[in-house]
Parts: sequence; structure tokens; C-alpha cells
Amino acid sequence: MTTTLVVGLDGHASGERALKHATRLAELIGDCELVVAYIIEWSPFSFQTAEENEARHKRREEETQTAFSRVVNPAVESMSGSGIKVRGVVRHGDVSDALIAISAQENAEQIIVARTSEGGFAKRLFGSSTSNLVMSSPVPVTVVS
Amino acid sequence: MNLFQKVLLASAVVAAPISAVAQEAATLDQKVNEAFATTTGPFVNLIFAPFPGTSFPWIVMWLVVGATVFSIYFGFVQFRFFGHAVRLVKGDYSDPNDAGEVSHFQALTTALSGTVGLGNIAGVAVAVGIGGPGATFWMILAGLLGMASKFTECTLAVKYRNEYPDGTVSGGPMYYMKKGFAELGLPGGGFLAIMFSVFCILGALGGGNMFQANQAHAQIEGIVGEFPGWITGLVFAGVVFAVIVGGIKSIARVTEKIVPFMGILYVGASLVIILMNYDLIGWAFGQIFAGAFTGLGIAGGFVGALIQGFKRAAFSNEAGVGSAAIAHAAVRTKEPITEGFVSLLEPLIDTVVICTMTALVITISGQLLIDETTGNYILNEAGTAIATIGDTSGVALTSAAFGSAISWFPYVLAIAVVLFAFSTMISWSYYGLKAWTYLFGEGKGAELVFKVMFCVFIVIGAAANLGPVIDFSDAAIFSMAVVNIFALYFMMKLVRRELNSYAARLKSGEIKAYTH
Repeated sequence: MTTTLVVGLDGHASGERALKHATRLAELIGDCELVVAYIIEWSPFSFQTAEENEARHKRREEETQTAFSRVVNPAVESMSGSGIKVRGVVRHGDVSDALIAISAQENAEQIIVARTSEGGFAKRLFGSSTSNLVMSSPVPVTVVS
Repeated sequence: MNLFQKVLLASAVVAAPISAVAQEAATLDQKVNEAFATTTGPFVNLIFAPFPGTSFPWIVMWLVVGATVFSIYFGFVQFRFFGHAVRLVKGDYSDPNDAGEVSHFQALTTALSGTVGLGNIAGVAVAVGIGGPGATFWMILAGLLGMASKFTECTLAVKYRNEYPDGTVSGGPMYYMKKGFAELGLPGGGFLAIMFSVFCILGALGGGNMFQANQAHAQIEGIVGEFPGWITGLVFAGVVFAVIVGGIKSIARVTEKIVPFMGILYVGASLVIILMNYDLIGWAFGQIFAGAFTGLGIAGGFVGALIQGFKRAAFSNEAGVGSAAIAHAAVRTKEPITEGFVSLLEPLIDTVVICTMTALVITISGQLLIDETTGNYILNEAGTAIATIGDTSGVALTSAAFGSAISWFPYVLAIAVVLFAFSTMISWSYYGLKAWTYLFGEGKGAELVFKVMFCVFIVIGAAANLGPVIDFSDAAIFSMAVVNIFALYFMMKLVRRELNSYAARLKSGEIKAYTH
């Protein structure tokens, strides 16, 4: 049976580190598929103007396209020739909720993310996406430093 | 010439042109005011014409009958589906795969930012100032009934909106009138759509613009002292111009984020004042109920209270007017009726909650003068409104009422009023623009003409007196309701079809919540 691992990308070097670690795991496991996911931070409870609402669907499509072309597709291409199956996914939502939802949908064995260097006041107040993910994920989470 | 004389002379030289400018400014304000009152008079008289032999304006009856018909026709949908509406806003029924689209919450708050504003602060003060606390009772009733009107128009707005190839959407009464009438095989949908669009443009310039500018100016004047209205008008026009023409979205975005918190702060402060005077709550509700049926000495008796209550409720929550339908049309949903359910919360929040808070604070504050011997309210010299401490009306009355309990609150209120006025203007500039482009096509040139005109009206609104501005604003907004409710009578069966189908699927379990 194929083992599925979900890898969280963030468009930065930390995402690449997560992908590198996942690749290493996949090689050790053998029959393994990687689902590389990029989550566009978005809340259904934000306040928007009427004009923003009007163009929201269009903007969503554009955001998804941009995420694929700038982050996800290059990551998938970088794996070509490695012999490991890779698929790219882009979602909108809360990073930790969306990664958990993807892992449930894909029946994944674990989620691999990297620790980001972002910090500051907001992080102290609300916690980071990574720590939220570790706290609430029903599948094991590997946090690459 | 000694130094003192020199200084005196110098200041006289400097002061002469300033006082001349001030005088000119005063006359400019007067001229704008006179010209405005004369031009809009006939239109206002037509909309507020009373039934022959009575003093009851036909338009008020039109709104109430409409809301009552929709409430009965949909079996009081506002109560039956209230819980479901709340769950929809919470996102319980939202497909996770649609994440990133406009959510029900966002459509609701966007529409609310257009309605919650001066209607709740200044409009209620006008209603209570003229119609007494009894007007509050009728306002709440109108709010509850208006939930059904809002439900009807917003369902149709989503169902019949235009979706363009580039993914953007345009919706609102003009679109459902045209498409819905065609679907029903009825003639005249196109004509109604044009009529509605014309009135919507007037409404955008009136209630959505001039009234806002006028009351924002009154509020600023209350803090810094008297100065010509056109100055406030020019500043407002400049900022609005920067947003709607200059595309400086950051200003609008900041406002959109501050306004909800201002709303919460306003309700919070109202609650604090009401709780501080907990011993008067029973008395205040007593005044509201007694005044609703007797008038308690106000001009026009209980009919006066009723007219004011219904008028200001409609002006505040815009149910049946069709404006919010334009904002709600943007939501992405497979079931148009879900947006109808969500929208019915709007009159509840706007009128039943926020307007009632204002009315209670004004009543409790004791700003309205009562004759100790009769228990009735004392009228002002003209006999048109209740006499108040300091002879205040409109937003100044609300400000005085809050100030009597929390001395510094008028300053917060002034900021809130300016922000509310600004966000309402931005919302209405969008509604007006949608009507404008429906009539003249979606081109940059046509859009610019409307936007510039919108900014010019801000200056006129700030310079004119409250009386003519409020009359024109009401007339323009209510004229939208004339066309809209007329069309809704023909189209309500389309909504009932949707309602029955949705209710059956909800009951059978075909429509399931994604989260519990």
C-alpha cells in the first residue's frame, strides 16, 4: 500500500527544507507519494468592501494560479527524476486547519512542515501555524528545523 | 504709531479678508440650501403625499404592507429560519472546497457596513425627537417585519445576478427585475429596472451621501464650534474621491476594519449607560409602549409616533429598498436562498438591536423634556418636535444623551459618526455606481462621471440644512422601495419555490452541515 505524506510549503527556504526531509523519508519508505501543499492564508470572517467581494472569485483564481506557478509547480518539478510520486495542492484557509483537512482527505500517514523564523507580537498572541498544527493534528507531524 | 497700534493695524489688515471670506461662506451655504430646497421640493412632496383627508403618508403604508405581505407569504421565515441563518453565517454549511470565495459572513458584514451608521444614531434621534419614545415600538416592529422583505430581495439578487467571463459579478434589483420578469413571461421588467436604477442613483446621492455629509458636519461642529459646511464637504469629498476615483483601497480597507469595532463600541457604551440606569429600564419601556399607542403629547399623537418609527426604521435598515441586495449579490453559493436567510439578520442587528439601544439611551438620559404634571412631553416653540435640553436634534441629541452619562463619549461618537458616514458613503457610491453602469454601460468614462458627481454632492450635503437634506434623502430612498416592492410582489413566487425546495432538502438530510 502506498504511504502518503503531506508536505507544507511556504514559498520560503523553510518549505524547501521540509520537502527535502520528506524526500528522504519517501526514499526510506519506498512506495510513497508526496502531496505538496501551499495554503493561502484566508479567513471567512474578515471584513471586505463591496468591490472586493465583487471581484473575489476572480482574485481567488488568480491567487491559486500564482501559488501553483511560483511555489507548488517548481517544487513538484524539482522532484522529477527522483522516482517519487509527487502531487501539488493549493488551498485557501487557515494553514493548520487546511493541512489537517488535506491529510484527512488523502489518508496521509503524517504531515511534514518546517519551523519558520517569523515571530513577533502576533505570534506571541495567537501562536504560530506550526504550533497550532502540532497541537491539533490527528496524524503525526514532523517539524523540520 | 506705537507697537500696540501697529499690531492692531496689522491684525485688522489680516482679519478683514478672513471675515469677508467667512461672510461669503455663510451666504454660499445659504444659497446652496435655498437652491436645494426649491429644486427637490416637488419630488419630496410627491413621495410623502398623505392619503387624502389624513396626515398619513402613503409611502409608509406601502413599506409596512410590503413587509407584512412577505412575512405572511413566507410563513414568517424570519422566525422559522432564524437559527439556520445564524448557522449559515457561522459557516456550518459552507463547503470547505469553496474556501477563499466570499463567505456569508463577509456578504452580511459588507451589507451591514452600508446600513449601520447614521440612520442608527441620527435617524433614531430624529424619530424619537419628533415621534417620542413610542416611535421605538413601531421601529422595532418595522425591523422585525422588514426581515422578510430583505430575505425576498437578497434571494432574488443572488439568483438573477450577472456573472461575467472574468469571474466578477454584478447583481441587484435591476438585474432581477429584468431577468425575473422575462422568466415569468411578464412585460415591463426592463422599464422597472431603469426606474429603479434612476431612483437608486438619487438614493445614493441623498441618503447615501448628502445626509451622511450633513450629519458628519453637524457632529464635527458640535465639537469644534461653528464653521461653514462646505469645508467639511470638501475634505470628505477629497477623501472619498481618493478612494473611489484614485483607487486608494487602503483607506477603504482601514475603514472597513475600524467600523465594525466602532459598532461594537457603540452598542457596548449604550449597554453600559442602560445598565448604569437599570432602575429606569422598566420606565423607559413603559414610555415606549405608552407612547406607541397614545403619543404622550407628541405632535400628531400615536400616528405621529408610528410614522416616525416606520420611516426611520426603513431609512436605517433599508429593507425593501433594494440597496443591500446589490451588496449581497456577490456571495458565491449554490443555493441563492441561503443568502436570503443570512440577509434577514440585517434588519435585526441594525434596527431591533442597535436602533433600540440609541432610543433607550435618549429616553433614559432625560434629554426629552416632560411636563411633570401631565406626564406628557413638552413640544418646542414651533410645535413640531419634543423640546430638548439645549434644543438639540438629530445626531446632536444622541451625542447629548450619551454625554450626559459618559462625559467624554461625544468625542468617541464624533469619530464613530465620521467613520460611519464615510463607510456608508463608500458603500452607497458602489450601489449608485452599479445602477449607473446598468443604465450607461460599464466603461471607465461613464464610471468617472458618476464618481465625480457623487463627490460634488458631498459638498452640497454638508452645506445644506438638515431639513431639506433629510427630506430629499428619505424621498430618494423610499422611491427605490416603490419600484422594488412592486416588482417583488410579482416575483415572490419564485422565492417561495426556492424556499420550499430548500426546506424539503434540509428536512430530508440532503443538505447537510459540514460542521456540527
